[in-house]
Amino acid sequence: MANDPIKQFEISKLVPLEIGGLDVSFTNSSLFMVATVAAASSLLILSTSGRGLVPTRWQSVAEMSYEFVASTLRSSAGNEGMRFFPMVFSLFMFVLIANLLGMFPYFFTVTSHIIVTFALAMLVIGTVVLYGFYRHGAKFLGLFVPHGVPAPLIPLVTAIEVISFLSRPISLAVRLFANMLAGHITLKVFTGFIVSLSALGFGGVLTSILPLVMAVAITALEFLVAFLQAYVFTVLTCMYLNDALHPNH
Amino acid sequence: MPHHQGIAMPKDKETPTDPEGSQGADDDQLASRLDALDRDLGAQASGSGKNRANANAPSTGYGQALRMSTDFVAGVGVGAALGWGIDAVLGTSPWGLIVFLLLGFAAGILNVLRTAGLVAEAGTRETPSQERRPPSRRHDR
Repeated sequence: MANDPIKQFEISKLVPLEIGGLDVSFTNSSLFMVATVAAASSLLILSTSGRGLVPTRWQSVAEMSYEFVASTLRSSAGNEGMRFFPMVFSLFMFVLIANLLGMFPYFFTVTSHIIVTFALAMLVIGTVVLYGFYRHGAKFLGLFVPHGVPAPLIPLVTAIEVISFLSRPISLAVRLFANMLAGHITLKVFTGFIVSLSALGFGGVLTSILPLVMAVAITALEFLVAFLQAYVFTVLTCMYLNDALHPNH
Repeated sequence: MPHHQGIAMPKDKETPTDPEGSQGADDDQLASRLDALDRDLGAQASGSGKNRANANAPSTGYGQALRMSTDFVAGVGVGAALGWGIDAVLGTSPWGLIVFLLLGFAAGILNVLRTAGLVAEAGTRETPSQERRPPSRRHDR
């Protein structure tokens, strides 16, 4: 069956490699990660090479993405947060370009694998924890002890806060992954309906207009989701970085 | 789109004040013009930030539901995993799982309330004087 909705997420080894018993093959996922990085870098390098005072179309795309990430970071983590700008901007561009590349037919969507989004989320949380301890030492743990809680309740509340903190990378990763996975499966299922309906003769072809309309609408929705999820990932990254900068006041 | 304004406006403002033959302009003048540009850009940035916050305020109910449900499930999942791990290490089965599953449930609810903007972030409860954080930032995500 050509329209197995899960088939698009299969990993295939392009260049089998094994180093020290560890499978480090270059897969189609790796290929698209490289393509994402290459696309993002060349977009930014080429579009900013002109450096006109009046930006060209491409230059203003680059400027808009810069302005957007910078203002998001400033508004949630303050001017101090700008030291994380390179990381946040790279994350934003990577997620956005990966999501958009996934919208091409026959392309692989890197962000539809939870291990990829989880690695990105762990990068964020790892930075928050390491920088928090580096900057504030043990005071960083004050993040988990809210003010104004009666003493007998502190252990309970602290445990809840710790679990809530630990659940952040999970929800960050799951949100991006689930959105991309669900969107691509829905798209595949609806386009699959078109194929199977149109095999049923004239009536089927007429009816297949319905899933066709749906598929077009979902494609538009998926483009929106691609942007939205990159945005949400960035905003949450900024918020968590704010915790590392100002754990308690 | 607030971005267009954010990029185009400062330049529009700057070009008329740009002297044509200002090779001999001294550093002071340049510095003051840079300051003015900085101020303008700053005003633009804060303005567009506000616009964006407003634009995103009525974000789709579907998106919000999805976000809150992942927040909740992540809390419960982490609690259960922690409890299960503690049981496996300390051999206290099933108490660790029971206790941490309940704590995880509480953490999930806390996550949801935070996402909804109904509960303040742990560190920010007693900080009316904090410099840069807009107070109602939580509502518009």
